[in-house]
This record gives sequence, structure tokens and C-alpha cells, in this order.
Amino acid sequence: MKGWMGKFRALFLFSSLALVLSGCGKENLSALKPEGYGAEVILDLMILSIAIMVFVFIVVMAIYTFVLVRYRAKKGQENYIPKQTEGNKALEIIWTVIPIILLLVLAVPTVQATFDLAEESTKKSDIQVEVTGSQFWWHFEYKGQEISTSQDLYIPEGERVYLTMKSSDVIHSFWVPSIAGKVDTNPGDNENSMYLEAYEEGVYWGHCAELCGPAHSLMDFRVVVVSPEEFEQWVNDMKNVDPKAEPETTVAQEGQELFQNNCLSCHAIGSAPKGVGPNLTNFGDRTKIAGILEPTKENLVDWIVNPDEFKPGNNMPSNLVSEEEASKIAEYLMQLQPSKITPESAKE
Amino acid sequence: MSTAVAQKKGFGAFLWDYLTTVDHKKIAHLYLVSGGLFFLLGGLEAMIIRIQLMKPDNEFISAGLYNEMLTMHGTTMIFLAAMPLIFALMNAVVPLQIGARDVAFPFLNSLGFWLFLAGGVILNCSWFMGGAPDAGWTAYAPLSTTSPGHGVDFYVIGLQIAGAGTLIGGINFLVTIVNMRAPGMSYMRMPLFTWAVFVTSTLILFAFPALTVGLFLMMFDRMFGSAFFDVNAGGNVIIWEHLFWIFGHPEVYILILPLFGAFSDIFSTFSKKRLFGYSAMVFATVLIGFLGFMVWAHHMFTTGMGPVANSIFAVTTMAIAVPTGIKIFNWLFTMWGGAIRMTTAMLWSIAFIPTFTIGGMTGVMLASAAADYQYHDTYFVVAHFHYVIVGGVVFGIFASLHYWWPKMFGKVLNEKLGKLTFWPFFIGFHLTFFIQHFLGLMGMPRRYWKFLEGQGLETGNMISSIGAFFMAFGTIVFLINVVYTAVKEEKAPADPYDGRTLEWSIPSPPPFYNFKQTPLVRGLDPLWVEKSEGKKGMTPAEPLGDIHMPNSSILPFVMSLGLFIAGFGFIYQVDNIAWLSLVFIGMGITLGCMLIRSVKDDLGYHVHKEDLEEEGGH
Amino acid sequence: MSNEDVLNPKRMPHEPEKATLEGKNKFLGFWFFLGGETVLFASLFGTYLALNDSTAGGPSADELFGLELVFIMTMLLLTSSLTSVYAIYHMKNNDLGKMLVWLGVTVALGFAFLGCEIYEFYHYIHGEHFTFRSSAFGSAFYTLVGFHGGHVLFGLLWILSLIIRNAKRGINLYNAPKFYVASLYWHFIDVVWVFIFTVVYLMGKVG
Repeated sequence: MKGWMGKFRALFLFSSLALVLSGCGKENLSALKPEGYGAEVILDLMILSIAIMVFVFIVVMAIYTFVLVRYRAKKGQENYIPKQTEGNKALEIIWTVIPIILLLVLAVPTVQATFDLAEESTKKSDIQVEVTGSQFWWHFEYKGQEISTSQDLYIPEGERVYLTMKSSDVIHSFWVPSIAGKVDTNPGDNENSMYLEAYEEGVYWGHCAELCGPAHSLMDFRVVVVSPEEFEQWVNDMKNVDPKAEPETTVAQEGQELFQNNCLSCHAIGSAPKGVGPNLTNFGDRTKIAGILEPTKENLVDWIVNPDEFKPGNNMPSNLVSEEEASKIAEYLMQLQPSKITPESAKE
Repeated sequence: MSTAVAQKKGFGAFLWDYLTTVDHKKIAHLYLVSGGLFFLLGGLEAMIIRIQLMKPDNEFISAGLYNEMLTMHGTTMIFLAAMPLIFALMNAVVPLQIGARDVAFPFLNSLGFWLFLAGGVILNCSWFMGGAPDAGWTAYAPLSTTSPGHGVDFYVIGLQIAGAGTLIGGINFLVTIVNMRAPGMSYMRMPLFTWAVFVTSTLILFAFPALTVGLFLMMFDRMFGSAFFDVNAGGNVIIWEHLFWIFGHPEVYILILPLFGAFSDIFSTFSKKRLFGYSAMVFATVLIGFLGFMVWAHHMFTTGMGPVANSIFAVTTMAIAVPTGIKIFNWLFTMWGGAIRMTTAMLWSIAFIPTFTIGGMTGVMLASAAADYQYHDTYFVVAHFHYVIVGGVVFGIFASLHYWWPKMFGKVLNEKLGKLTFWPFFIGFHLTFFIQHFLGLMGMPRRYWKFLEGQGLETGNMISSIGAFFMAFGTIVFLINVVYTAVKEEKAPADPYDGRTLEWSIPSPPPFYNFKQTPLVRGLDPLWVEKSEGKKGMTPAEPLGDIHMPNSSILPFVMSLGLFIAGFGFIYQVDNIAWLSLVFIGMGITLGCMLIRSVKDDLGYHVHKEDLEEEGGH
Repeated sequence: MSNEDVLNPKRMPHEPEKATLEGKNKFLGFWFFLGGETVLFASLFGTYLALNDSTAGGPSADELFGLELVFIMTMLLLTSSLTSVYAIYHMKNNDLGKMLVWLGVTVALGFAFLGCEIYEFYHYIHGEHFTFRSSAFGSAFYTLVGFHGGHVLFGLLWILSLIIRNAKRGINLYNAPKFYVASLYWHFIDVVWVFIFTVVYLMGKVG
């Protein structure tokens, strides 16, 4: 099946390329450029369904075009009365039975894939991450490892990572199009699960896909796929973080103190249960600030002083600290780089 | 009689006439005008959405306002534009097609309209009273139950009142079609539009109460401190999703089925052929209606129902493609061998076939549960439902309006302007929505206030926004056409298109009692049957006699006004208990009117035989 | 049929409620309405079943309910359904007096039922501190049973106003359909109560 599917996919991609000037979108974001197991299974299903649909569409359009060309009323025949046909049993049976068969062809792989993608973790050694959606950021907790992070989810290449999903406020939906489909995160007891299996190292874009408030469109995150060895290294580094480690420069030291006085009630550093705000253990390695801004110090200062300007409706208070204080805090946060494994490692 | 006579009496009398009318033809006018205005409002909201998404990182409107726009666009278009426009067609056409003098419950018919209008006005008052609802038209809890301000309260109360009106309308048409058919008009001789309205009304009857309950639960949570959707007190937010979609999925068939019926009539008329496979078409309509209740959870594949439930709902959803396919082929073969006349009504119908086929096919793709994990809540879904709702419902409404305009207003809409409406709208529609399939697959979720640079989404969104302007242009031309036709066009004959069904056997527009003598129906396409035997019109089923007509009444308007007042009381009693007085005043007015209606005899009046003879002519 | 014939029929047909087109429409329309009401209560039952264990630490169904009172309420409502059948029987025989008597008994039984329900709620709220806001279970319970209670109250007011309006004139083709659909409504309320008794109270005690 894979063989002809592969060729078909090339054909499909080529034709959609012709359709859309921008191609199939960015390879770290598009569902049309799968880089993981779930996305691949789904793309195969999409292609199968599109093939069936294109076939049906061609049949319909052939009859349609013929009818419209052939049976237009002609000039001078205004009083022509066509034969009043009641119907045709044989034809009607054909266009009932053939669609049923076509749908069965689609239904069987659909059910297979639905069960396939619902696989849950069975072994203790599986990597399991608890994902919690919050307005408007993501919390990740590695089960049994005492690692908490947010916004950047590190996973190893080629291994299944099992996620359990919930929400601390409203419903969100966790979506990394190029690796797998999406699953909602519900508040309360309705916990969900899914798994990610990425084929290639890289940094993949994730979106929230369920309307969750004003900054819904800015609730982005990244999945950082690194090699299994790098992942192991990262886990070790993260486990051994000293949350109280003193920074090197004096500015950063002042920043640390300001941070502890102003920010620590919401933001944790080091392993800790999900707080009011994102965990900042490896903030210095983040791909983006707040999921959307380039990780520069100026951006961070602006963000700390007035987060509402960038993510409307988020829960972080504005003007909690002065710009000068924010600058010191930023200095401290930017140097929180507990591991050598960073999003850069995924780009080799 | 209506317009001309009323104008002589002055504007006050004209207004009073419409406020108190129980005539289904005038109620159709009311539905058309208010539904049309809400359609323009919803369209304006759509334009603002498309302007915001024209370029990446745009700041045209704020995030909060954007969420209000998208919520109000969806809610307005579904509940306040599509539904009333369909009710306008139902009211204008169904009684005429079955040879009835009015609907079964003229009083309730009027009540249904005024309730809808009261609900629609309440909903839109939110714009001026602290902000519109902002939790999406689906209003998922707990985003909706925790949304600050009163926006979502307006949604809850507005839809509750409008929904009650719709339910009443549904029951009315069910009884009308069962009890009020002319002699000889058996079920299997009913025009497809009437059949579709029958099935749609059944869907309304069984679907809307689920929404009613959902809205009550949300109202109690927001206004009276209950805990249905509060997870800290044991609540469960998924209940809302189920209740909403148990209503919501049949709702989309409620919208599309009447237009399927209208298309069937139009294809048949303008091909000069009887509908191909009539009984299969009826069967397919009923089957679609039935299956419509078995598939609601396909909106919830990513909610986490598990693979078993997902698979079941995937397969039942796919099954709907079969009766829909039957319909498409039957329409094609209705035209096959016919003499096709390309009127504007036919143009919209012909454009509908490929458009709806694409929408139906993406529907099957979405039904594939596993694949939906990618499509769900992306622009792919947005593209899909606009292909079926605009490509089916809006095209259908335009087709029907062009087709039945002479029956509603006595003049045929200008054909040139009609085509000038069609082409920009049709091209703009595909420009706007085709590209959105790809935007979704390329990673753009729906309901996004902004998309950021560097995601490869710029071109697609730009094209989409340009298309929207074409659609707006087409709509404006339609409005011009309405005015132009009213001023310039000639009065239409009774049967301008060589029609086949009963509505074309009486004058355009019909007298207020519709049929001077109830016609005798001798087959499918009754007028065509008579014409093919060389007769000019229908054979009457009864001698000329007195005609019983219902009395006009202001009560429906006052009852709706009572609920309108009570609605504001409910919304604001959260802030200050004094507002509860409005609830009591409003409910008092409504219940008082019900009491009056119950105890005051209202037997209607008779149009006397002698007066009918005097009118002569028609 | 002239209006005079409707109000003062010369000969009363056997089924006066369906003798006119308006009557037939009312009869059929009301059945459809009850179909919608069925979905309404089905949705409420579904919600109740989804939340009946979500007590959030508050009292549970088993702790709250006592079957004695509920049994009496069931009997009251079932009997009232029977008496409304008698009333319609006498309506068909064109016997206004007997119809009014039986309708009166129906209304009395209905008010007795409502009194019991108010007592029951009062007891839960003040005795057990179990309110609409206690938990999701509380919300679902009061909503389901309260909706039914509201229907009972509406039905009582409706039948009462029909009795008062028509006490001084006979049964005719105009008011017969009104009495008939009011009795249909009353039966429907009764059927819903049987489900509430089973699903809420019996299953709450036993399940």
C-alpha cells in the first residue's frame, strides 16, 4: 500500500502546488507535509478520500457539462415540450450502490486509523507527558521525571511520546499539524490522551485550535524534536537544575532578587506543579517569548512591563515592575539555560 | 390587495396592518425584510473579519472585538438570517403549493415571527450595551459561562426567545401540510419544496428543544449560580457540546433541506420536465432528515469520546452522502433531455450543483474521524461549511427569491441585474472559500484574530479577502434590483415561467384568501397536468361559497414585547435585584396575553360569496 | 360551518373536539408539541443522568430521598390523570356539569401534588441544606423536577381558566378542542412524572 500511496502523494502534492501559489505551507506547520506518524497516517487517509471524491466530482461534472451544453432550450423551439420521464430504476440503483461501495472503501481505513491513533501507553518505560492548557500558554510535566516546562515541548526523534491532556480553565485544543492531529484539553475529569511520534529532528509549530478567549490566536507553542541521545542529556540536565543557582553578572543577580520578590508567586523555576503562570526553568533557551515574540532582551522587557499589549486578556499583570526593573529581570531570565540541548540542537 | 389599499390609508394604518397581520403572505414579507436586514448585518461582520485577516499581524480591530464579530457573524447568519429567510419562503409558498387558504395556525404564525424578531433585536442590542457575545456561535462552556460582561447573556436570552418562535413555526407547518392540503393533493403529489418543508419542520420540532434545554442550563449557570458547567462543583462541560450539537447538526439540515426542495422545483420548471425520480427524491429527503439525528457527535471527534464512538459517528455520517448523492444525480437527470432556460433562478441552481458537490465531498472527508483530527477547527472546516451553507442555502435563497418574487410581490425581478448579482457573487464566493481549504491544511485554525508572518498563510488570506468584496458587490446589486424592479418593471402575470405547481394557478400576488375555490388536484405537478390537457387553469373542487378567514390580532406582537422586556430583566438582575421587576412586568404581559387569547373567543370571519362574485375576473 | 354553528351546534357530534378543521388542527398540533416536549424532557433526563453522581461533597440522592412522600405524590398525579379521563368522557356525552366536577377533582389533586413538591423542596433546602447551587447534582435535580413542577402549575392554571371561562355556557365545537388538548397536556405531565419517579427517585434510592 505504501508504494502506490507514495507515488500518489507526489502527484497530489504536485497538483495542489499548482493550485496554491504558496505550495503546501511551511514544513514545520503544514498538515500536508507530515513529519510524524499521526500526520502521515492522516495524510494517507486524506489522499484516499480526495481520490474518491475527485473521481465522484469528475463523474458529476461530466454529466453536468454534457447536460448543460446539449439540453439548452434552442431558439425557435419555445413551444417544444420534452418527454416527461418519471425516473429510471436501473440508473437510480447504480447511483445508490456505487456511492455505498466508495464509502465502504473509505470507512474501513478510517476506522482502522481511528483505533490506531487512539493507542495508549502500556509500558512504564514509555515517555509520558502531562499537558495542561491555560489561557494562553501550555504547561508540560514529564511523568516520573520531575521535570516541568512550558511552551517548548522536547521530545526524542522516532519514539512515541504519550500525552495526557487537560485544561486548567476553558477548553483548548493541542495541535501540532506536521506531527499529529489535535485533541481538546478539557477542564475537570474529562482527560484525553494522544501520542506524538516525530520522524525528523526539528522545531515544529503548535497552535491552540479551540476558541479560548481574546488571545486564542496567539497561544502558540513549539515541539522541539531532538535525537534520543540529546533528549536523554536534556532530561538529565533538567532534573539537576538548581532553582536557586546564582547568576554570574551583578545585573542578573539583582534581577534574580526582583524576580523572587515579584514573580515567584506565579512563575516557578525548577520542577514544580503547574502554577498560575508558565514555568521558566529553561527560559533562556525558549524559541519564542510567550510563544510569539522573538527572544530578544528588548522584547522581553516590553513583554514584562505590558504583557496585555501582546496577548490581550492574559492573566499576567501589567506595570507590576518598572522598565528598569524589568530590564534586570530580563537579564536574569535570559541566562536561564540549564541544558546544552536547545532548539538549536534540533536544527542540525 | 394589501400594499395598494394600505398605502391609501396612510402609513399608520399600513404599519398597524403588518403589526396585526395573520396572513401568511404578509408574514412572509415580514420574515423577508427582517431576515434580509440581519443578512446585511451578518455580511458586514463578515467583511470586517476578512479585512482583519487581509494581512499578517493586522491590528484593524482588537482581539476582543474580533471574537465578538465572529460570534455575531455566525449567530446572526444561522439564526437571524438563514432561518427567517427560509421561513419567508415557507410562508410565501407552502400554503399556495398545497392549495390552502392559510396556514393551520395563523395566530401562532404571527407569534412565531414576532418572537424571532424580539430575540434577534435582543441579541443585537448587545452591541450597544457593553459588548456582544464573544464565545463563538457554538458558545462552548466554560468559555461562555465564564465570559465577563453581559455579552453571552444576550446570546442566551436572544436565542431562547427566537428559538421558541422557530419551534412554533415548525409545528404550524407540520399541521398545515398534514391537514390543509386541497382535495387530491396526496402526500406523493406534493411538490418537493413542500415535502422538504415538512421534513424540515419535523427536524425543528425534535431538534430545537435540545437547544432550549442547553440554553436554560447556561442561563441558570450564568444568572442563578447553578453548577452544570462548573467543574469545581462537579459540573461537566461536555454536556453543553452534546446538547448543542444534538440541536446543531439537525439545524444544518433544517437550513439546507427546504432549499433542496426549492432547487427541485426550479430545475423541473426551467427544464420543462417533471422531476426525475420523484419518489426517490422524497425518500432521500426523509432519510437525510432521519440520519441528521444520528450524527451530531461528528462535531466532537477531538473532544475525546474514544475510538469506538468516533468510528460509529464517522460511519453514520458517511452514510448521509448516499441520499445526498441520489439527489444530485436526480437533479442532473431532471435536466437531461429537457429544454433548459437560463433564467437567473436557474443560474443560481446550476451553480449550486458543483458548489454543493464540493461541500458534500469535503463533508465526507471530515466524516473520516481520524482525518478530522487534522481538519477539525481549522479553515478547512470553515471552507466546508461555507460551501454547503453559502453554496447551498444562500444560493438557494437567491434562486428561490428570483423564482418566487412575482408570487410574493407581483413583479419579476430584472433579469440583467439578476445576472449581475450572480456572477460577482459566484466568483467571489469561490475566491473566498476555495483557498480556505488549503489554509486550514497549511495550519491555520479557525477563529484566529491574527495570523503571524512567516507561516506561509499570507497569499491565501489575501485572495480570500478579495473574494469577499466581490460577494458584497453582488449583494448590493441585488438590493438595487429590488428597488429597480419595484419602480420600473411591469406587473407579472399569474404564471410567468410556464409553471407546474398550484401557486402558479392564482394571480401574482394572490388575493388574501389565495384560492377563490379550492382546486382539485389530479396528479403530481397539478397545474402542468391541467395545461397538458389543454385547460387554462385548475378545476375547482367545490362550488363558490363563503370563505372563512382568521381575524388579525395585535396579541402576538404584545406577547413578544413582554418576553423582550422580561429578557432584559433576566440579563440585568445579576447586577441589581431591582431589575427583576422587569421580569415580572414582561412575563405578566406575556402570560396576560395568553390568558386573553385563551378566554376570548376568536372565531374569525367569512368573506361572502356575493363579494367574491363581484370581484369577478380571477 | 358558520360561527353560530360552532358556538351553538344543533346536534353535538360524538367527537366534538375534532368536528371542525380548527379542532383537528389543534389536536394534531398539540400532539406535535408534545413530541417536542418529549425531547425537552429527554434532554433534561440526559443531563440529570450525567450529573447525578456529581455531588461535590454535598448530600447524594440516596441520602436525600424518602420514597413515602414521592409515592403519595405519584398516586395523586396518577389519580388526577384518571379523573381527567372521566371529565373528557362526560365532555363527549355533552354533560357540562359532570365534566366540570371531574375537572375540579383533577385540579384539586394537582394542587395537592404541587403542595407536596413544595414541601419536599423546602425540606431539602432547609433541612438538608441541599440547594440549586450546592452541586451539579443539585442543579440537575432541581432543574428536572422543577421543570416538571412548572408544567404542573401551568396546566393547573390553564384548566382552571378553562373551567371559569366556560362554566356558564355549554360545551360547543369551539371550546371542546380546548378542553381536550388541556387533558392531553395533563396526561403528558403524568407520564413525565412516572419517568421522574423511576429515574430520579427509585434509581436514586436503589441504583
